[in-house]
Amino acid sequence: MNFSKTLLIATVAILASFGVAHAAGGKVKAPEHHHWHFSGALGTYDNDALQRGFQVYETVCSSCHGLDLLAFRHLGQKGGPFYLDSCPAGIAENIDCSNPNDNPVVKAIASNYRFQIIDGPDDSGDMFERPALPSDGIPGPYANEQIARLANNNALPPDLSLITKARHHGPDYIYSLLIGYQNVPSTVEIAPGQYYNPYFHGDMSQAMKPEFLDAEGHPIDGVEVPYGGVLAMAPPLADGIVEYTDGSDQTVEQYAADVTEFLMWAAEPKMEERKSLGVLTLGYLIILAGLLYWSYRKVWSNVPH
Amino acid sequence: MSHESTYVPGSAIERWLDKRLPIVRMGADFMDFPTPKNLNYWWTFGGILTICLMIQIVTGVILAMHYTPHTDYAFASVEHIMRDVNYGWLMRYVHANGASMFFLAVYIHMFRGMYYGSYKAPREMVWILGVVIYLFMMATAFMGYVLPWGQMSYWGATVITNLFSAIPLIGDDIRTLLWGGFSVDNPTLNRFFALHYLLPFANFMVVGIHIWAFHTSGNNNPAGVEIKDAKKDTVPFHPYYTIKDGFAIVVFLILFASFVFFNPNALGHADNYIEANPLSTPASIVPEWYYLPFYAILRAVTFDFFFIPAKLGGVLAMFGSILILFALPWLDTSKVRSMRYRPVARMWFFLLLIACVALGYLGGKPAEGRYVMFAQIASAYYFAYFLIILPLLGLLETPKQLPKSIAESVLKKSEKSSATASSTGAQPAPAE
Repeated sequence: MNFSKTLLIATVAILASFGVAHAAGGKVKAPEHHHWHFSGALGTYDNDALQRGFQVYETVCSSCHGLDLLAFRHLGQKGGPFYLDSCPAGIAENIDCSNPNDNPVVKAIASNYRFQIIDGPDDSGDMFERPALPSDGIPGPYANEQIARLANNNALPPDLSLITKARHHGPDYIYSLLIGYQNVPSTVEIAPGQYYNPYFHGDMSQAMKPEFLDAEGHPIDGVEVPYGGVLAMAPPLADGIVEYTDGSDQTVEQYAADVTEFLMWAAEPKMEERKSLGVLTLGYLIILAGLLYWSYRKVWSNVPH
Repeated sequence: MSHESTYVPGSAIERWLDKRLPIVRMGADFMDFPTPKNLNYWWTFGGILTICLMIQIVTGVILAMHYTPHTDYAFASVEHIMRDVNYGWLMRYVHANGASMFFLAVYIHMFRGMYYGSYKAPREMVWILGVVIYLFMMATAFMGYVLPWGQMSYWGATVITNLFSAIPLIGDDIRTLLWGGFSVDNPTLNRFFALHYLLPFANFMVVGIHIWAFHTSGNNNPAGVEIKDAKKDTVPFHPYYTIKDGFAIVVFLILFASFVFFNPNALGHADNYIEANPLSTPASIVPEWYYLPFYAILRAVTFDFFFIPAKLGGVLAMFGSILILFALPWLDTSKVRSMRYRPVARMWFFLLLIACVALGYLGGKPAEGRYVMFAQIASAYYFAYFLIILPLLGLLETPKQLPKSIAESVLKKSEKSSATASSTGAQPAPAE
């Protein structure tokens, strides 16, 4: 039909013209695609990676970033990195270690945590510090936003509880950012205390050295504006800075993958429960749909329609 | 078509009750309702929508038990639901994805009504009540999206409430009233929560009246001809349509469940997992997908129109694009309901469908360059369809011949399909 042919040509022409439209602002490098244990409809968390990832968080990230939405007890709940089915040897028989509050690993992590809990007021009206319990929220590094900014060149380190869901392609992005720090390209000049990363959102055209720009402020021939932007976080990881006890590689890539896996769990601790319930639900619905379709055919078999 | 009741009270209690409150009779009549036998799967979306509304109300009431409508606690209370409330993650993901599923179904339902002319006499009230339901849905979903108090909640609320300030003279006062102050803040969150809880129940009543209305006029049907002989043209609602709707509902729930369990955040925006911050504007403020066509129309008006400034023009165009639906029964001058028999109108209808999808795509793109131009073209077509094309077509087009009755159209169809079946069985199909 002529009409549909015209329509097709118009649609193709419109779509083609969008391809020409150029993006405004700075270009950002697309995150590396990493294969995650938790991706896919049936993917689960790799528990060893979660434990190592928590170690990386505690040793490195927690100096600047909080995990406000999590309590220590979450680490020991079903699906958490330190969940125990049954108690290890040497624990009294009436203790149920599957209860996160009685989980000896979680108790030890809480009481030895690098920050203490500010509690009180006590009977004399004073606030006091005490070691954390499993029921406490995980304490963060800063008392308030002002002191956090003061300590970080006026940048505010974001809370990491939801970071993998709060960014597009979150896990790939976090992983890429952590391994993606590069030397500053020779065409740009950045302020002290700033670090260049091609995966970070920004606009490097503002940082171009004048000798690479023409009179109108555009880059001269043969010079490209670098990808990405600058951030106040120094490269946090280096080979060997966290000591793994399970023989895993002590490399930046391994640390980044582990801590990202842990942060994905922190953002979506019920993912495994969700997926397994989903399989049951879909199975149930598909069988029900089959039965209903069969009944429908049966009921309507004598009615022309 | 209201039909004669065939209910006979079977027991002494029923007889006693039937004289005082004929509620069992009402239910029995509902189940017996003579329904055209040729309804296709596009007609199952009414039942699907009823289920959607019920799912939203049940999950919403449970969520409200754990949610705190305060700017300091709202975001954390939603995460409390996700982490610490038993099956809270399920309730929230069902509720959040349920909104998208609800709109998906309502759009199919509305386009079905438009294609088969279900808004035409004597079903104008059914259609008008439907548009009221849709407006209630839009308001409810908008306010619900504000409640988690993420970045998109806050900035979406700011953008949309600011639109009202474009209204001359009273616009600023309306905005202040919506805000309960001088910016989107705690009073705004409180009143949005109260209204978000209230409106669905109001909507539930309108749904009841919507159903009452088409139980008075009778269902429309794909042939678009009225019921001539209830015996030949109809089947009782139960079991014929309870089973067909039931099957369709379960298929719809399979789609619903695949989002909830395997991709629960696919239809949301990452920025809404960042707590609202009035001091930091997100790079782009994008509404939920089901508002995008209207957002595109709003932003398509980039020019002053005589004495109407561009901002007001955009707001008028956006609200006008919905309000125009109320007039649809009178804008369409054709007496033929179903577009099966209106080949010319059918092409324009599919063009409208394409324009709406295009507007949805353009609403999610930055308002610049070609995007604006195409949004303007699509918006112009949207209004032209209702204001020019439909009124003229009814006068100009020559419709195909209508079947004499539903039974006849059904017979023709089944003859045709059995004819093709036997011909393909007996000999190779002729090349076309």
